[in-house]
Amino acid sequence: MIKLKQVCKTYNNKDMIVNNLDLHIEDRELVVLVGESGCGKTTTMKLINRLIEATSGTVEVNGQDIKSIKAIELRRNIGYVIQKVGLFPHLTVGQNIGIVPRLEKKDAKLIAQRTVELLDMVDLKHEDYLDRYPNELSGGQQQRVGVARALANDPDIILMDEPFSACDPITREQLQNELLKLQEELHKTIVFVTHDIDEAIKIGDRIAVMLDGKIVQYDTPENLLKNPANDFIERFVGQDRLWKTPDMLTARDIMNKDYVRIGMNRSLAHAVELMREKNCEVLVVVSGSGNYPDYIEGMVGRRQINKDYGHDIRMKDIMRTDLVTVQPDTLLNKVLQLREKHKLRFIPVVEEGVAVGIITEPSILSVLTEIIPESEGF
Amino acid sequence: MIEYISGNWEQILSRAGEHVYLAFTAVGLACLVGIPVGLLINRNKRIANAVMGVANILQTVPSLAMFALLIPLVGIRDKNAIVALFLYALLPIIKNTYIGINNVEPSVIEAAKGMGMSRMQILYMVQTPLAVPVIMGGVRIATVTGIGIATIATLIGAGGLGTLIYQGIGMMNYPMMLSGAIVAALLALLIDFILELLEKKMTSRGIAIK
Repeated sequence: MIKLKQVCKTYNNKDMIVNNLDLHIEDRELVVLVGESGCGKTTTMKLINRLIEATSGTVEVNGQDIKSIKAIELRRNIGYVIQKVGLFPHLTVGQNIGIVPRLEKKDAKLIAQRTVELLDMVDLKHEDYLDRYPNELSGGQQQRVGVARALANDPDIILMDEPFSACDPITREQLQNELLKLQEELHKTIVFVTHDIDEAIKIGDRIAVMLDGKIVQYDTPENLLKNPANDFIERFVGQDRLWKTPDMLTARDIMNKDYVRIGMNRSLAHAVELMREKNCEVLVVVSGSGNYPDYIEGMVGRRQINKDYGHDIRMKDIMRTDLVTVQPDTLLNKVLQLREKHKLRFIPVVEEGVAVGIITEPSILSVLTEIIPESEGF
Repeated sequence: MIEYISGNWEQILSRAGEHVYLAFTAVGLACLVGIPVGLLINRNKRIANAVMGVANILQTVPSLAMFALLIPLVGIRDKNAIVALFLYALLPIIKNTYIGINNVEPSVIEAAKGMGMSRMQILYMVQTPLAVPVIMGGVRIATVTGIGIATIATLIGAGGLGTLIYQGIGMMNYPMMLSGAIVAALLALLIDFILELLEKKMTSRGIAIK
C-alpha cells in the first residue's frame, strides 16, 4: 500500500508543484495519475521512489515512512519504467534485465533463468533477443525490455512514467493490452502516469485526475465517466467519451424508463385499450394494481393478446413468465448478446424484483444516436 | 636516403625508442591523472570549468616556451620533456572524459538512478563504459600531439627523433633530417592506428550500432 499524506513539493519556496496531496493506493491496484503537462503527476510519482523528495508531508510504502528507508534500498524494490526507456546501450538485453539482481548479488544462474522467464513474459523470444543490444531493437521492443527490467527484482510496486507515449498508436495499444495481461498474472501495485485520458480509462483500476498539483477526482474509470466531480473533469474526460468507449454503456443507459405497466389481474380488454392508447407493443405485468413497487411478474405482447382475443381472461393467465431479464449494470455488450441469443425484442431491466425499465430496439438506437458527437453527424 | 637509413637503422631505431618512451610515459601519466579528474569534476560544474580553464591555459603555452619554463623546476633532459608533454596531454584527456561522461543520455542516468544504482555505480557501470569512445578520442589526440611535440625535446637534451632532424638541419644532412621527420610522422600514424584498434576493442558493440 502506498500512502501520500498532505504532501507538498515546492521549488524555490514558491512554485507549488504538488499541493497538499493525499493519495491512497491499495495493494495490487493499477492506479493512473492523469492530467495535462505541468499538473504535477510525474512529480507525484517520483515522490514514491524518492527521485524527488517531498517538501512537507509523508509518503508511506507498506506502512513505513520512506524517509526511514535508504533511497537506494527503496528503489531496488520499486520497478521503474520511463518514457525514453533508458536501457543501457552498452549492455545486451539480457544484461540490462539482470542488472538490479546482479547489484543485489543474486546467484548468476537464478538471474539467467529469471531473465529468460521475463523476456518470454513480455513476448520477446529469449533465444532471439537475449544477446542483442538495445539499439538493434524497435521502440516497442525496447519498452518491453524496459518493463522486463523493472520486473527483474520482483518488486511489489512498479512506477511507470508515460511508458508508451513515445510509441506509435498500434504499438501503444499492443503494449497496453500486454500490460493488462501481465497485471492479471502478476497483480503488482502499479502507479502509471499519462497525459492520455483514453489510456487511463483503458488500463486503470482507479484514476486520479490531477490539476495544479492537486487531485480533482480519484475514482474508477466508470465513475469518472458517469459522475464527473465537476466541469473540469467533464471536459477533461470528454463528452464524446461514451461514444469512444461504448463498452462502458450499461443496461441503465439504454433502457426506456417509461414503459407501460399493467396489473396482473386486469382484463384483456384493458390491455388492448392500454396498448392502443400508449401506442406500445409490450406491457409489463406487475403485481398489485399497477402502482409502485412494481414487482415484475411477466410480460404481455401483441402475440399473446391476439391469440386469446375475445375470451374473458386476466393478465396473469396469458403473460409470459419465462423472462430473460438483466440488471441495470449489465454491460451493453452482454445485453446485445442476450438479445441475439434468445431472439428477444424486449428485455426488462430488473433491480431487486422491480422493473426499472425495458430495453427495446428503439431505446438502444436512440441512445447510440445521442452519443454520436454532433460534429460527426451528417 | 635509403642508403642513410640502411646504414644508420640502429641509431634511428634507438631515437624512435626514446621518442616513444617520452610520449607514452607522458600520456600514460596524463591518463592516470586526467581520467579520474575528468570523472570527478562532473559533480560540480564550477570546479569543472576551473579545471578546464587551467588545462586550457597550459595548452596555449608554446612548446619551446614550456620546455624553457620548466627548466628551473625540473632541469633538463627527459624529466623536463615528460613533464611538458604530460601537461599538454592533460587538456584533451580531461576535456574528453568530462564531455563523454556528461553527454550520456539523461534518460539512461534516470533509469539507473530509478532502479537503485548508487552514484559511483552509475559512474563506473554506466557512464564510463558509454564514454569510452570519447575518452579514447582524447587519449589519441593527446598521443599524436605528444609525438609531434616530442620532436622538439631534443633541444633540452631529451633525445628522440628530433635529434636526427635538428642534427640533419645543422649538418645539411638531408637524408638524416628527412628520415627523422618521416619516421616521426609514421610513428604518429601507426600509434594512432593502434589506439584506434584498442578503442574499438574497449567499446561495447552495443554503442557502435546506432
